[in-house]
Amino acid sequence: MSMTATAGRAHADPHHIGRTAEHEGPAPKRIVTAYGFWIFLLSDIVMFSCFFAAYAVLSGQTADGPKGTEIFEPRNVAIETVCLLLSSFTCGMASIAADVRNRFWFYLGMAVTCGLGLVFLIIEFREFADLVSRGYGPSRSAFLTAFFSLVGCHGLHVSAGVLWLLTMMAQVFAKGFRADVLRRMMCFALFWHALDIVWVGVFSVVYLLGSGG
Amino acid sequence: MLGKLDWSAIPFDQPIPLIAGAVVLVGILAVLIWVVVKGHLPYLWHEWITSVDHKRIGVMYILLASVMLLRGGSDAIMMRIQQAVAYQSQGYLPPEHYNQIFSAHGTIMIFFVAMPFVIGLMNLVVPLQLGVRDVAFPTLNSVGFWLTATGALLVNLSLVIGEFARTGWLAFPPLSELSYSPGVGVDYYAWSLQISGVGTLVAGINLVTTVLKLRTKGMNYLRMPMFCWTTLASNLLIVAAFPILTATLAMLLLDRYLGFHFFTNEAGGNVMMFMNLIWAWGHPEVYILVLPAFGIFSEVVSTFSGKALFGYRSMVLATMAICIISFMVWLHHFFTMGAGPDVNAIFGIASMIIAIPTGVKIYNWLFTMYGGRIRFETPMLWSIGFMVTFIVGGLTGVLLAVPPADFMLHNSMFLVAHFHNVIIGGVLFGAFAGFEYWFPKAFGFRLDERWGKLAFWFTFLGFFITFVPLYIAGMLGMTRRMQHYDVAAWRPWMIVAAVGMAVLTIGVICQIMQIVVSIRNREALRDRTGDPWDGRSLEWATSSPPPVFNFAFDPDVRGEDAYWDLKAHAKRQSLEHEPPEYHDIEMPRNSPTGFVCAFFATIMGFALIWHIWWMVILGGLGAWATFVVFAWRDHDEYVIPADEVARIDRVSIEDRRNLVSMAGSV
Repeated sequence: MSMTATAGRAHADPHHIGRTAEHEGPAPKRIVTAYGFWIFLLSDIVMFSCFFAAYAVLSGQTADGPKGTEIFEPRNVAIETVCLLLSSFTCGMASIAADVRNRFWFYLGMAVTCGLGLVFLIIEFREFADLVSRGYGPSRSAFLTAFFSLVGCHGLHVSAGVLWLLTMMAQVFAKGFRADVLRRMMCFALFWHALDIVWVGVFSVVYLLGSGG
Repeated sequence: MLGKLDWSAIPFDQPIPLIAGAVVLVGILAVLIWVVVKGHLPYLWHEWITSVDHKRIGVMYILLASVMLLRGGSDAIMMRIQQAVAYQSQGYLPPEHYNQIFSAHGTIMIFFVAMPFVIGLMNLVVPLQLGVRDVAFPTLNSVGFWLTATGALLVNLSLVIGEFARTGWLAFPPLSELSYSPGVGVDYYAWSLQISGVGTLVAGINLVTTVLKLRTKGMNYLRMPMFCWTTLASNLLIVAAFPILTATLAMLLLDRYLGFHFFTNEAGGNVMMFMNLIWAWGHPEVYILVLPAFGIFSEVVSTFSGKALFGYRSMVLATMAICIISFMVWLHHFFTMGAGPDVNAIFGIASMIIAIPTGVKIYNWLFTMYGGRIRFETPMLWSIGFMVTFIVGGLTGVLLAVPPADFMLHNSMFLVAHFHNVIIGGVLFGAFAGFEYWFPKAFGFRLDERWGKLAFWFTFLGFFITFVPLYIAGMLGMTRRMQHYDVAAWRPWMIVAAVGMAVLTIGVICQIMQIVVSIRNREALRDRTGDPWDGRSLEWATSSPPPVFNFAFDPDVRGEDAYWDLKAHAKRQSLEHEPPEYHDIEMPRNSPTGFVCAFFATIMGFALIWHIWWMVILGGLGAWATFVVFAWRDHDEYVIPADEVARIDRVSIEDRRNLVSMAGSV
């Protein structure tokens, strides 16, 4: 029996190419979930890249409307950036707290993250509202179309993130640190950090390049 | 209150859509009444609608695709009749209706026939081939299916409530912008694709993760059956390409709903940006469809030749090469844009290069057959028919990849013939081969061979009678999408094409007959061995239909890939060790999440199309609440006790064991 099995193997792999480490079998659930979520994040970044590309194509098309230098307010953007980067830190604290099952620090970390996210959203919303009230809404020019869409798409993601965050807190409150809750928390943290990375792109491509003008 | 929706949305003055809609409605009602009266509803709800079993979801995908194939096929018949009669006359379809039909035909055939068919087959087969009990995300899998069904439902709703797009299947601006398409047609198109696109993305993430992270012990990458490799490549493309479609359609919708200027002619919008974006998705999309078909042919050809696949590693390499190069050829869809000779030359050469790995595959299949003991059963007929047909389609594709030739043939009937040649000859033949091949695995009995062969021959001949004339008409200068024409030279070819369509229709009828006849004779066609074709990969190592847990024991793979001795070995392992010690198996519990989520998505999509804003909010909240309820449940798995596993596994074990011992003696 063992003889034939060996012979069979030699026949099936004459050059011993497949003789690397044997695959161990299905990965544990935590790995699978995080892996799948990473792939989702990559696809989400592909979607963002389309809006970045559209912005790059249309950013010069101001149709006699305002240019970036005329409407961007570096101070607000700086505050937004600080809020979002800090919120990534507090989100990380919340993740650690969840890993060690410390409810107090988890709620605190999540609450601060939520607060910072909301401050970011309020500043962004006011920026948008101000532009629209001055007649510089997204239908003014292709440049503004691309600007509102790219920045707004990120803003929508942050809003969805805040909703998820609150749901996450409610779930920990109701169910505790169950395995499935922890997996979701891990995904949420990945999502939140990914939004930070996208914001770094938005900050550089839209505001830094735009105000250099 | 109801946004743009009022009684004028229902086309009382147009008999064709009304009658078609009424027939569909009566059909659906009849099925529903039959289901309720016969008391099948609880069974359907518990065993199918809420099922998170990848095999059942796969079957439902294929069912959806088959139903939509009939719808898309009806559109095709109507178009071919119109072009056969509309010589120096208006034919029987007014332009605005004809335009909706060709738009709906393309949209349906790609998004709601080809996509669900291949995704269904991948769902059904891949976990079995990998030797695992489930996919990575079973409940999301169900969500993905039901969102696809939502998209299909919305497209069909447009038949009777409102209208469908008149813009062609990719809704090019500026025609698809609000100023030129003020109706709801483009909105139906865009929202149904957005919703089903989410479903497709979910399916893609699920299958990529399944292949990369859930393989049974010893199933190294280079031991995976070819279909798993092409599934991996195809789903990587889904994950990378579908977000582009989502973003592009989102931009178009922003233009239409909020007066943005992405693709308008005014205020600096850029129409060609739409072409670039949509084809950056659109070209990978054709490989998303055809790669799984290549995988199916690889399985079928090697099984029915009784030989291992020739050049397995070159096949893997070719698959992954296609996966990457498919992202570098999109510009060949609009050489006429005027990007200049350098750009056109680069994309032309890239388009020709992608034919090389495809050619490698063709030779591999031919060499697999060479010296083999070939059995010409229906799946093999579809595969050989594919090779003949696809080579023609591929060569006309290389022709179109030459920019100067493309300037002549762009948007002509030659192009129409070319892409039907590769999509029917490649994807549809592949889907049918896979359907015939894996049907016994899914249901436990074979399909009737006689009707299957008839279906093949009618479809095969019908295809050539229909599309060779279109090549010729294209050469004679006929452009695509013509509601009527005045050139006498085109007419005979249009009539021949209509005859071909009739032959194709007979093929479809044979296919339906095949299913009916097979279901009636299912006892005679029953397969108790789980391995009716003398197969080579793990899906044949379990019973047909497989138990919900697929394998009573985790298969332990020792040999390279899907070779015969691997299968024999895997079977010996699970069947010859006496007495086997069964263990409890944990499986995910069924969940209505997918169905309920799609219900709200339908409400939301419909409301968005008709600008009923309160309903949009309602649908959105409902979908969110569905996920919260799902996240709140306390038991997401159930345990199948060892005794039950043993009982299920022993039902047909004698038949399977006999087969293995016979195979071992060869």
